[in-house]
Amino acid sequence: MTALVADLRAQVGAIKQGGGERARAKHLERGRLPARERVRRLLDVGSPFLELSQLAAHGMYGGEVPGAGIVTGIGRIAGAECMVIANDPTVKGGTYYPLTVKKHLRAQEIAFENNLPCIYLVESGGANLPHQDEVFPDRDHFGRIFYNQANMSAAGVPQIAVVHGSCTAGGAYVPAMSDENIIVRQQGTIFLGGPPLVKAATGEVVSAEDLGGAEVHARVSGVSDHYAMDDGHALAIARRIVANLNRVKPARLSLREPREPIYDADEIYGIVGTDLRKPYDVREVIARIVDGSAFDEFKQLYGATLVCAFAHIFGYPVGIVANNGILFSDSALKGTQFVELCCQRGTPLIFLQNITGFMVGAKAEAGGIAKDGAKMVTAVACARVPKLTVLIGGSFGAGNYSMCGRAYQPRFLWMWPNARISVMGGEQAAGVLATVRRDGLEARGEAWPEADEAAFRRPILEQYESQGHPYYASARLWDDGIIDPAETRMVLGLGISAALNAPFAETRFGVFRM
Amino acid sequence: MFDSLLIANRGEIACRIIRTARRLGIRTIAVYSDADTEALHVALADEARRIGEAPAAESYLRGERILAAASAAGAEAIHPGYGFLAENADFAEACRAAGFAFVGAPAPAIRAMGVKDRAKAIMEAAGVPVVPGYHGADQDDATLARAARDIGYPVLIKAVAGGGGKGMRIVARPEALAEAVRGARREARAAFADEGLLIEAYLPRPRHVEVQVFADAHGNVVHLFERDCSLQRRYQKVIEEAPAPGLDAGLRRRLGAAAIEAARAIAYEGAGTVEFLVDANAAAEAGDGGAFYFMEMNTRLQVEHPVTEMITGLDLVEWQLRVAAGERLPLGQDEIVAGGHAFEARLYAENPARDFLPAAGVLHHVRFPAETAHLRVETGVRAGDAIGIDYDPLIAKLVVWDDDRAAALRRLRKALAKVQIVGPVTNAAFLSAISAHPAFAAGDIDTGFIARHRDALIVGPGRVPPRHLAFACLHILLRREDEAREQARQSADPCSPWHRTDGWRLNDDNHHVLTFRDGDALVEAIVHYRDGGWLLELPGTGAPVVARGQCDATGELLADIDGVRLRATVIRVGEAITVFSDGSGHTLAVEDPAARAELREPAPGSLRAAMPGRIVAVQVAAGDRVGRGETLVVLEAMKMEHAITAPSDGTVAAVPFAPGDQVEDGAVLVVLASDAETP
Repeated sequence: MTALVADLRAQVGAIKQGGGERARAKHLERGRLPARERVRRLLDVGSPFLELSQLAAHGMYGGEVPGAGIVTGIGRIAGAECMVIANDPTVKGGTYYPLTVKKHLRAQEIAFENNLPCIYLVESGGANLPHQDEVFPDRDHFGRIFYNQANMSAAGVPQIAVVHGSCTAGGAYVPAMSDENIIVRQQGTIFLGGPPLVKAATGEVVSAEDLGGAEVHARVSGVSDHYAMDDGHALAIARRIVANLNRVKPARLSLREPREPIYDADEIYGIVGTDLRKPYDVREVIARIVDGSAFDEFKQLYGATLVCAFAHIFGYPVGIVANNGILFSDSALKGTQFVELCCQRGTPLIFLQNITGFMVGAKAEAGGIAKDGAKMVTAVACARVPKLTVLIGGSFGAGNYSMCGRAYQPRFLWMWPNARISVMGGEQAAGVLATVRRDGLEARGEAWPEADEAAFRRPILEQYESQGHPYYASARLWDDGIIDPAETRMVLGLGISAALNAPFAETRFGVFRM
Repeated sequence: MFDSLLIANRGEIACRIIRTARRLGIRTIAVYSDADTEALHVALADEARRIGEAPAAESYLRGERILAAASAAGAEAIHPGYGFLAENADFAEACRAAGFAFVGAPAPAIRAMGVKDRAKAIMEAAGVPVVPGYHGADQDDATLARAARDIGYPVLIKAVAGGGGKGMRIVARPEALAEAVRGARREARAAFADEGLLIEAYLPRPRHVEVQVFADAHGNVVHLFERDCSLQRRYQKVIEEAPAPGLDAGLRRRLGAAAIEAARAIAYEGAGTVEFLVDANAAAEAGDGGAFYFMEMNTRLQVEHPVTEMITGLDLVEWQLRVAAGERLPLGQDEIVAGGHAFEARLYAENPARDFLPAAGVLHHVRFPAETAHLRVETGVRAGDAIGIDYDPLIAKLVVWDDDRAAALRRLRKALAKVQIVGPVTNAAFLSAISAHPAFAAGDIDTGFIARHRDALIVGPGRVPPRHLAFACLHILLRREDEAREQARQSADPCSPWHRTDGWRLNDDNHHVLTFRDGDALVEAIVHYRDGGWLLELPGTGAPVVARGQCDATGELLADIDGVRLRATVIRVGEAITVFSDGSGHTLAVEDPAARAELREPAPGSLRAAMPGRIVAVQVAAGDRVGRGETLVVLEAMKMEHAITAPSDGTVAAVPFAPGDQVEDGAVLVVLASDAETP
């Protein structure tokens, strides 16, 4: 596990460099700050920054778009948790690849759900033209950014843009759709059509600065609200804007004085290991996450493969649902009742997911595992208290659903570097496919030699191993990031606190099949 | 003795007088102007009365208002302190006429010494030596040559109407006289339209030595030994000491006798000071202890009187009060003994690097060393008070005493190292430089000392020392923690990990860059977050240092830098952060991108005030055409007028202020659209 964490940090370290030495040097030469430096200066001194989707586009697009060319995350500005979305112009000019769009939209979704003001640090060439079919036309494509801005603004989630560089065509709407925006002189430009397009369309020859620079927009057009001398000044103005938002974060939970866990978080490495088949008691993990390593189990003697417990993290009351083996009917029923309790009490839910699936077999089916599983899925799907999910091991099949996988809209979902995610385990998938094929061959009276079967199974195993890997998952934004297991408590604490910015909606459950 | 005393003064001397009066059981009445409603002397006095507006001419110089206050308060006596009305014979008379005892010299004595030429004549007649010279109306070449011969070479030729060195010539030999006289006349005529000259003996390295005298109404006159006040700049004393170092015993005796003669010559009463020029060269040559010449007599208590108090163990204010009350001098000459050595250093709000230009502003932080038997701190201000433009910019006097000069000087150096002022620029570093100068330690002093050693004494602040920079970083980081804690305390979500200030990052280390302006330079310190502290990368140093510490609300910083425990005081006022450590203070500006952007973009052609002051004249209006060098606005600061002139031909775009307006340092006084810059 230590090696996995070291590799994760190395990957993130490389991604942090953005578009490479040359692009970075050129950017700095022009007196501009790197994207991450912009974020740092925007945030309160020493503020945590809960970066999202760090490994977006990892291993995709020829490995040339680290972080999908955009930095997103939650940080504190003037004491308020805010969503920061910053283009990295050193990565392909800050253009939007399909995953850039997905990462941007996911950040907006988190901001919307948790009522976090959005600060867009814009310097982007707009949609990446070669990928236009995966970027432009569909519902969750580029246009959705502005749809979100409008609807967030309508819901009172502040939208603020800092125009550090070009905002062309659709990109022009990021500042234009914001509640307030700032433009940096002789650096930021906003226009629907850039100089080449203008020349082609009307023959008019005009410089980018004269067409849509700070002078035009701050003095003439009114497209911009604030005129900044440079990046640093612009970010200082953005901080003042946030300080004037008049935001109040109400207390929604009965808080306790936080206590560090008694047990050292680093011990998780040894407890969990990297072999998903090696069993361990998930209580050992819980004890290294929660305040004082103390938790009160619910139905401890019933449905033992699912641990349900009330505990505190950074003083916040939470209900923890953690797998401790395969899900049976009784564990599903226990989980269902526990989720109901947490919704009734307004207690946030933490799912620690390590699940190969529900029990199969005649006995289980006859026992109604399908309807009991459905009850848990219904409860999890309908629960409106903040849900935070961590994939600490396997995430396979319907187990993913009942344990609040991505489709069940947890506020946040993180993976540990040892986790695996797929519709079923590679072995099982290979086994199922091999059985089907063998049955087919044998029905036609053909033989299937052992070696042939092994050759058949290998690519399936390899595909599942590669596609189930956290890097593969995180690259495609099936999660919000891969985290060091020892940091789980911190990440959950930040996530819960961020979630408290939005009121908890009333939960209304669907019909439970009895 | 009186039961009540009105102190017609302000600042440290008012506080000083109140202290003695209180010890003697005298009720004290302070007076104050509108600028001093919260001043220390007002707070210390038993009673305080307003006497007018801030300008001294409207308050502390208004004798009739002071008398009215004295009447209303039922004061028996009035102490004028020094400055203001202390040497105003009319006021002294008015006090006495109104039935108050005036704690000062008799009016005739004040008058006699008030006009310098007349004072010299009186002293000459009384047998007190004066600087030999010729002040006659006969300007014939031969007469001047004869006069020069009589005085003895070298001589100094000065314009009668002179000033500022114009028409001044030093002549070493008779052969050079004729040429020097011609040149001096020419210059004098050009500069003053008056070619009259005077000739005096030239003292190449004179020392300023003064003798404290005391006389009572019963005919007793004593002296309390001498003070050496040679360290001067712009005719203002900087560091005084007693006794005068290296003075021949015979000369010292003769000085004392001459001072008593001087006092007797004008039937003096009370405290007075007879100032002499002592010719150090002549001292060596003459072999009789040296030559000395009467300069003037100050008919009041001097600023530097505490050094005399320190070596004699006497309270001169008490003596003043006793004499004014008609008592005899408490001691006879034989009973007055001096011991040890004392220094006084005057801490001013002024800028030595700008020719000691007075400074003004709020004293955000004031800290002096603690008073002991060896150290007195005479001050009239405390933190939060302002040094205004209406009065003398004296902040405090540090007075030290020890058995001998070397030991006293060591105390002075230590005391100066502990002075902490945040606010207007001060001469603290300049005073420290003097006290540390080897020539000063050797007693090799004369009135040219400061000019001669100027380059060694007035040095810029230099670059920030790494340790000071580390303390500044630590202070910012610790204050940020305090701020976050406070924010957490007030929050409905007080335990949130978002309140943390350790720069937490997901799967990554983090650092922060603290940017300061150090004079003209930008300094960046890189802060890496570590458990319980920070790793600081400071420019110009080798390995990064591990820093942690605690800082209390007063700015006392207890730091641990690479395991070494150090103390410092760090004061932040707005963006300015001042670090006091190792006996030196250094001010940095925390870089504020917003503020910087505003500063960087003044309207082109803005002419700014170089110091805080008051607009006394506005000679142009927006739209006026002006030529290069033309006076646009006149600013008065510390009694001096400063003309703001056009740097080039152009058109006045704006004049934001009107006569009478107060302006801050850096305020834009005129915006001029220069012809040269118009495209």
